Amino acid sequence: MVIELNSWFADKLLTATWETLYMVIISTFFSYLFGLPLGVILVTTSEGHILESKGVNRVLGAIVNATRSIPFIIFLILLIPLTRLIVGTSIGTVASIVPLTLAAIPFVARLVETSLKEIDWGLIEAALSMGASAWQVIHKVLIPEAKPSLILGVAITAINLIGYSAMAGIVGGGGLGTLAYYYGYQRYETPVMWATVIVLIIMVQGIQMIGDALAAKVISRRR
Amino acid sequence: MIEIKGLTKIYKTPGQEIKVLDNVNLYIKKGEIFGIIGLSGAGKSTLVRCINMLEKPTSGQIIVDGQDITALNSRELRAARQKIGMIFQHFNLLSSRTVFNNVMFPLEIAGVPRREADRRVKELLKLVGLADKAEVYPGQLSGGQKQRVGIARALANDPKVLLSDEATSALDPQTTRSILGLLKDINRRLNLTILLITHDMNVIKEICDRVAVIHNSKIVEVGDVLEIFSNPRTPISRNFINTVMNRDIPEELLYRSKQLGASMTAKLIRVTFIGESAEEPVITSMIKKYNVKANILYGNIDRIKGKPFGNLTLELLGEPALVDKAVNYLKNLDLEVEVLNGD
Ligand SMILES: Nc1ncnc2c1ncn2[C@@H]1O[C@H](COP(=O)(O)OP(=O)(O)OP(=O)(O)O)[C@@H](O)[C@H]1O
Ligand SMILES: [Mg+2]
Repeated sequence: MVIELNSWFADKLLTATWETLYMVIISTFFSYLFGLPLGVILVTTSEGHILESKGVNRVLGAIVNATRSIPFIIFLILLIPLTRLIVGTSIGTVASIVPLTLAAIPFVARLVETSLKEIDWGLIEAALSMGASAWQVIHKVLIPEAKPSLILGVAITAINLIGYSAMAGIVGGGGLGTLAYYYGYQRYETPVMWATVIVLIIMVQGIQMIGDALAAKVISRRR
Repeated sequence: MIEIKGLTKIYKTPGQEIKVLDNVNLYIKKGEIFGIIGLSGAGKSTLVRCINMLEKPTSGQIIVDGQDITALNSRELRAARQKIGMIFQHFNLLSSRTVFNNVMFPLEIAGVPRREADRRVKELLKLVGLADKAEVYPGQLSGGQKQRVGIARALANDPKVLLSDEATSALDPQTTRSILGLLKDINRRLNLTILLITHDMNVIKEICDRVAVIHNSKIVEVGDVLEIFSNPRTPISRNFINTVMNRDIPEELLYRSKQLGASMTAKLIRVTFIGESAEEPVITSMIKKYNVKANILYGNIDRIKGKPFGNLTLELLGEPALVDKAVNYLKNLDLEVEVLNGD
């Protein structure tokens, strides 16, 4: 299939791609800013861990599960008032970052939790036996040891956020989603649809490749 | 240096309570290498882990260098732990750090200034013979080298005590010997108190001064290694000793001794030699003196803490009266003599 790309369309596609990347990068960043500590707390407050606390663990676990069980499209609508409050509008790229980030935080928390749980308990004990504090265990043992797995988690999160951002695009979030929806779906310009799909595929592949390469680099240095 | 008083540890699992340590009392002197041996599940790991409070005792006191470890708040405990080094069966090195930075780790925890820490790490790597591996990651080391890093790391903050939980159990016999050699060397050079646990009597034989035998959550025997080897008082100790020195007598030998006439008797005896007597020709003198025949069935000589330690299983053949006299002769030489086939 040959797609005729005139310069007007190329421009649109480029802008939309940039918007999507922008949304994904910023919301990945913010979701880790909050999700990483949350994941650390989920792990360390679990039974027998360094900051064991049944109450905290249960409450946070329940919140995370509740948030994760809301379908993203409903989440988007539910968050419109909050988004308006934070950004001043509920439409556009910047506005999309709020629901994207909030939806990704619990997801990131669980990913981080899974990565940190894989750390051999012996390493934590060794650190404790040297007199390490909980904070020292977290930032000198847990995070560095889980680095490859955490990097792969970032890739997974970013890829997920690409999908979410496309969904947000349909309700006016901007980026490739909006492009595909308005031109591809509502105006029956199938080539536009295909072009966005191809860009999305490339984006996903690219992020996965970068993630794999970075993780592999860390692992190979340690071997 | 370490005083354990009435230490009891009970694990509560849903539905049942397991008493893993039952009123353990031990005193470990400054500068000695103290071994604790026991079968799998006896409670050894729990016992050492109580000493740095990785495991919280259910009751009892643990006093390390005059300080009651069980009575500290968490800040004090962290400070106390810096002075109690520990090495592990599976080394527990950080794969994210080079050898150098692994040894640096406890110094970072203790907040030692960078320059001083650098110097200390170099010194320690030299001590354990790994100065050339500083920039290597643990993944590239052999088991023995990993344990050397573990030892260097455990010594970083100048501990008063070194705890070792099966530190050589994942190593081959040759590597085990070299690691034990290193521990002994450190013990001597730094006058460092070492408490090690193992299920391998060879480890005890090789480097320990004293040993405690733990069985079913209780300490059943404590003493000098040499004393326990020559005179074990409990079946479990005897079993451990048998693992390093064959003391079992094949059935057919016990049986054969009984098929002799009335004028002849055969006695199966085991003679244990310690120290100088192991080097004297006592058996030759006995044979000459009492005109008995001696059949050597099994012999073994070893060194424990640098002293020759041997045991010899003999079948003595001859006139009953002379055989008895021969046995008494050996006993009077202060040898440990055990008659194995009664009368
Ligand atoms: N956290 C725990 N909860 C319940 N039971 C435990 C726990 N840890 C250990 N135990 C039990 O305590 C007993 C003693 O364990 P411990 O690890 O001290 O034995 P060990 O002498 O070190 O054995 P090994 O030689 O196999 O290492 C075992 O029966 C074990 O099942
Ligand atoms: Mg054990």
